[in-house]
Amino acid sequence: MADKFEAHDYYMMDEFFSDEQKLMRDSLRTWLKQEVSPIIEDYYERSEFPNQILKGLADHGCFGPYIPEEYGGPGLSQVTYGLLMQELERVDSGVRSTASVQSSLVMFPIWKYGSEEQKKKYLPKLATGEMIGCFGLTEPDHGSDPGSMITNFKEDGDHVILNGAKMWISNAPFADIAVVWAKNENDEIQGLVVERGMEGFETPEMKGKHSLRASATGELIFNDVKVPKENVFEGKKGLGGPLSCLNSARYGIAWGAIGAAMDCYDAALKYAKERTQFGKPIASFQLQQKKLAEMITEITKAQTLTFRLGQLRDEGRATPGQISMAKRNNVDMALKIGREARQILGGMGITNEYPIMRHMANLESVITYEGTHDIHLLITGMDITGINAFK
Amino acid sequence: MKILVGISKAPDTTTKIKFTNDNKEFDESGVQFIVNPYDEWYALVRGIEIKEAQGGSVTTITVGKEDVDPIIRKALAVGADDAVRIDSEPKDAFHVASQIANYAKENDYDMVLLGKETINYNGSQVGGMVAEIMDLPYISNASKMDLDGNKATIVRDIQGGKETLEVETPFVLSAAKGMAEQRIPNMRGIMAARSKKLEVVEPVDAEELTEVVSYALPPEKGDVKLVDPENVEELVELLHKEAKVI
Repeated sequence: MADKFEAHDYYMMDEFFSDEQKLMRDSLRTWLKQEVSPIIEDYYERSEFPNQILKGLADHGCFGPYIPEEYGGPGLSQVTYGLLMQELERVDSGVRSTASVQSSLVMFPIWKYGSEEQKKKYLPKLATGEMIGCFGLTEPDHGSDPGSMITNFKEDGDHVILNGAKMWISNAPFADIAVVWAKNENDEIQGLVVERGMEGFETPEMKGKHSLRASATGELIFNDVKVPKENVFEGKKGLGGPLSCLNSARYGIAWGAIGAAMDCYDAALKYAKERTQFGKPIASFQLQQKKLAEMITEITKAQTLTFRLGQLRDEGRATPGQISMAKRNNVDMALKIGREARQILGGMGITNEYPIMRHMANLESVITYEGTHDIHLLITGMDITGINAFK
Repeated sequence: MKILVGISKAPDTTTKIKFTNDNKEFDESGVQFIVNPYDEWYALVRGIEIKEAQGGSVTTITVGKEDVDPIIRKALAVGADDAVRIDSEPKDAFHVASQIANYAKENDYDMVLLGKETINYNGSQVGGMVAEIMDLPYISNASKMDLDGNKATIVRDIQGGKETLEVETPFVLSAAKGMAEQRIPNMRGIMAARSKKLEVVEPVDAEELTEVVSYALPPEKGDVKLVDPENVEELVELLHKEAKVI
């Protein structure tokens, strides 16, 4: 079915965006409607990432939009990054995940903590999609508590020897490089770039997901992997390194979730106006109007919250607590809208003729990854009380 | 080839059409404007393809005030080299054609390409008028154009078939579906458009030859009447007496 999505902008938020930002967003939307919407359900069902879209994603600036031009990026604002993520997730959270990982979890740490040589070597190729990256932080036994990780490296002349395993890694099965966080000999967390082909490095795919099926997820296994010392990020030690990456990714997710919510709302609104029962469109019934009115209210609240967050982030003032609030609120909002929208569509809502069930299933991952729904609440709690309730 | 492409704005196809000023004007408030698709997808893209194949330049020309600048930037992002905006509200077809023809005459182009019509007014007048004012050949509704030196072989869509003709540059052409494929601006194109020149030119005096008396929306579609497949007589009766088509 042709993708007839129309964006919803109840509070005229578009007036805050420049003509150029809107052109970038709308061009991406046009491309997605032509190239990705028609195939996404099929790839989702087959549990496969559509690799052929990588070049198009790169051409539309989805890989590292805020990376400066000297390193091959377009040097755009955080608000523009958000607008692009919103468009991607409007189509599929898995597609947005691929771009989030490439931008916020791979390019961002190389840009922030990498050496000049690392930036020049990796960033331009990551921006064009010639090289795809993944990010290894979570381990089989260490999810919300990454500080307890066991993956580690030891010095060995010009190299370090890396051992351990990472799990739930988006893009892992086809990534060319992995930004891996591991403990050095002083028990400090440090990042390093592991390249495909290094001996002892494997990336088996994880199967059986009921969510993010159009995104490839895998493990990273390091068995005495010899990594050149120049691949280690010397610019940052401690958990702050990976957490700053997560902040960037969570910020993108806050925008992305609005996209998924809008797609569900758009499908439900159109369906409610067309579907006739008891002799009139179901949109004429108060219970359906309540659902739709609450949906647009929540979407509008998320749009205003997230735009303000974007402004703060562009000014370098957004705090991790503010980012957590937006990520948590927006993903939860999108998931609830998905469920309500599914009900408006009745039985049709569970079919692959509409995107709603796919969004809902995807959002079950999004509400857990990059900091779970509960952990984000604890971040806010700690921020307002000054008391750490994590441990 | 030195190519001039006419670019005009048109309301997004999902726009709810309303009128103002006693139904004499289209109400632009809250309307999202796009580049007229015939100008963008066919005339502009074919112009860019010719430039890419043979060298030369593509300049866009638009008659309008500052509010059309985003439309012009999009055309630059798609791949035009530079742009001209004639600083005047477009009044009627002759007024617009006069502005384009005047600028084109002064700047000596090999071809002037336009879309076959705008999707809002559907006048299909400007191309013919530009050609007439410039005393150049005009090829309308063209769906294909091949070039060999300064000779163009052009295919036109005509009723029930196609017409192929040859013409030498310079000429004026209006482009229809088939002339080229839509190009979606990519990030590099959008960034490059930032530094491309958009020249604002004063309009020339030109008469308005027509005056809009009023606009009206088409009548609302009536309810569908379902007729039992067995009941052919009722169907014939309705088609004859109500629909009055037989």
